[in-house]
Amino acid sequence: MSELFRTCPTTGLKVHRDADALIKANAVVATVMLLIGGIAAIGVLLTRWQAVHLLPAVWFYRILTVHGMTMLVFFILFFEMAILYFASAVMLNCRVATPKLAWGSFALMVVGAVMVEVEMWTGKADVLFTSYVPLRAEPPFYLGVILFAVGALLVVFIFFGTLVVAKRERTYTGSVPLVTYGAITAAIIAVITLGHGAAIYIPTFLWSIGKMQVDPQVYRMVWWGLGHSSQQINVAAMVAVWYLLGALTIGSVVLNEKISRTAFVLYVLFISMASAHHLLVDPGMGAEWKVWNTSYAMYLAVLASMIHGFTVPAGMEVGQRAKGYTKGLFEWLRKSPWGDPAFAAMVLSIVVFGFVGGITGVTFGTEQINIMVHNTLRSPGHFHATVVSGTALAFMGLTYYVIPLIFRKRVAFWGMARVQPYIFAIGMLIFSMSMTFAGTFGVPRRHWDISFAGAPFDVAFSPAVDLMLGIMAIGGILAAVGGGMYIIITVTSVFFGKPLEAGVTAGVPQGVLKLPPQTYTLTGEERVTAERGPIHHAPGTLVLVSVFLVAFIVYYFVNWKLLSQIWRIG
Amino acid sequence: MSGPETLHSAIVAPQGVWWKPAHRAEKTWVAIAFAWCMILFAMMPLWHFKGGQNPSGIRGRTDPGAFMARTQEFINQYRVGEDHGLPLVEPPAGADIYMIGMMWQWMPVLRLREGVQYTLHLSSLDINHGFSLYPVNANFQIVPGYDYGLRIVPNATGDFRVICNEFCGIGHHSMVGKVVVVERDAPALPYLRDSTAAAPPADSARGGAR
Repeated sequence: MSELFRTCPTTGLKVHRDADALIKANAVVATVMLLIGGIAAIGVLLTRWQAVHLLPAVWFYRILTVHGMTMLVFFILFFEMAILYFASAVMLNCRVATPKLAWGSFALMVVGAVMVEVEMWTGKADVLFTSYVPLRAEPPFYLGVILFAVGALLVVFIFFGTLVVAKRERTYTGSVPLVTYGAITAAIIAVITLGHGAAIYIPTFLWSIGKMQVDPQVYRMVWWGLGHSSQQINVAAMVAVWYLLGALTIGSVVLNEKISRTAFVLYVLFISMASAHHLLVDPGMGAEWKVWNTSYAMYLAVLASMIHGFTVPAGMEVGQRAKGYTKGLFEWLRKSPWGDPAFAAMVLSIVVFGFVGGITGVTFGTEQINIMVHNTLRSPGHFHATVVSGTALAFMGLTYYVIPLIFRKRVAFWGMARVQPYIFAIGMLIFSMSMTFAGTFGVPRRHWDISFAGAPFDVAFSPAVDLMLGIMAIGGILAAVGGGMYIIITVTSVFFGKPLEAGVTAGVPQGVLKLPPQTYTLTGEERVTAERGPIHHAPGTLVLVSVFLVAFIVYYFVNWKLLSQIWRIG
Repeated sequence: MSGPETLHSAIVAPQGVWWKPAHRAEKTWVAIAFAWCMILFAMMPLWHFKGGQNPSGIRGRTDPGAFMARTQEFINQYRVGEDHGLPLVEPPAGADIYMIGMMWQWMPVLRLREGVQYTLHLSSLDINHGFSLYPVNANFQIVPGYDYGLRIVPNATGDFRVICNEFCGIGHHSMVGKVVVVERDAPALPYLRDSTAAAPPADSARGGAR
């Protein structure tokens, strides 16, 4: 039994060899996908930057299809498969339930992804990420997606199986840790999501070979049950990674297990309803359906995110205060390890996801406000702030711990690694905000040429639009530089990196050098001090979330005001 | 306030019962967030009663061919001219008016009046299109097989554009339509009697629905 496991010298966890190898394999493929999707991103960016307008129309739409599929499906899901193995087998000290099936599923996912890539690059699937029927791709495109999804679904079931193994073999006592609980949430949402995927891609495949009819409106509804819900897997996984990185980098605490876990349950219950966000100005559904679904049944999934948005920073604050950083409102934040790229990535991910992605998302998902948003640049402006600045950045941060903890290597180009999250986050922030702003002028998304050459009527956008698109390009290039740095760092570390050595600190994040305390026991006298007040107080976080709430309220009502000024429509 | 208290991180498996009462700051935030969520929810039904912009419309299924025929009939009935090869149509106040999206044009060009209500029927002949009224920035999804009837009241005069903002193939970027809004009491353009039209409309028949 013992050769099946190695013991992690940092955390003391037993790591199953198959889990180790599966995490590595999925992480490597995820990085390759990030590279492909990133190259496509640069092509899209330099074409939408009207001053450069790099690609011809056919290649623009082709590359845009590649960018969407490769980033939103392949990069993210391969990375999430690695997280599922980590959160089950590694964190619970146990073996992977069915290693052979796990490798088979991995192979299925790779085959599916390669099929889809080949179809896209050879121009047989110029249908964009959404492939709205009756726009048609060649049948192998749909088949590839189905194979990939089946593989991913199997990995999710292996994850559940591994949890059962851990419970039965008593590899842990008590309840699963909160991070694993979050990963379970992501996995349950993944089952719901992939179920929608099967329900739409199988009929669409049959339609593509002439065996079935698919209604375009039904397609949009069921497809978004996949398309949006998959982003909710990302949210749940990202929040789990926030909790994980908080623990590993500064010894964040869980304020209250009940509150945080209930918030995760709210995700499972309500978040799949967000398919409606994409159908608010569609002809197929009525107002009641739209209002109920777009609000996740009265915004209970938004409530969940607002809860995590409080408990994650508050957990950091309480942990830091328990370690003695008790001065004023923000000493705990000032004295945090800002040079640790994982910590920086986590904080930037929380801030940009919350302030830009979250606020715009809820506002744009309002039934009537969506009239001013649908298919304009405001929409990709929103989701680059969630899935890129939020999820992808959190995953990047996690990588800086995965390299030493799983790959047993030092992080290469350590100086570059320390600034990488800042460059990426600032670039994406500029990119998504200027894109959102350009969208308020009605600039369409997924559009090759907003000078409308060859159109019967001219369209003259405000000069502000050119300015915004120029700023968007600068932000996008900065983010691409940050993404490129990430790829160089991770590939070099994994394939050519130096092994960990005692006494060498360069290339090893501070939390790996010395794991911060994971439990705190405070006596009665220590619990309440003059400086700190009661231990659970997080006054700094209360200030931060108040600022957030004010920004949210202002942005939300400004949009209602703008809406009230347009034509009467109903 | 006696006895030691333990706190743990999110990677530690909690022992025993973790369903414990939350502390005050956390409870307060949950209550505030919940109240805000209820406001967010209430705004949408409220706007249906008090607001002027709602995407509900009159919705129904249609056949792309039938919708095209209906649009053609509408054009023949109210055509007043031509603009860049597209028919220019001036419907009477209160009329059901039609615009169809197809690869890659919007047909017809509409001449409307400020402050007058019309029921604008939108659909597609082929695949999904996006109706984006510029510079109003009002956007609707156009799905083949579905008739989206929106009651609209233009609130300003001018030349407006209809940009397609749903990807519809290689010519997507050239799919631009036009809506002209004139003053409420501007003189009407004379209808062109089209030899292909079944029956020229009598003035009394105008202004009705289909």
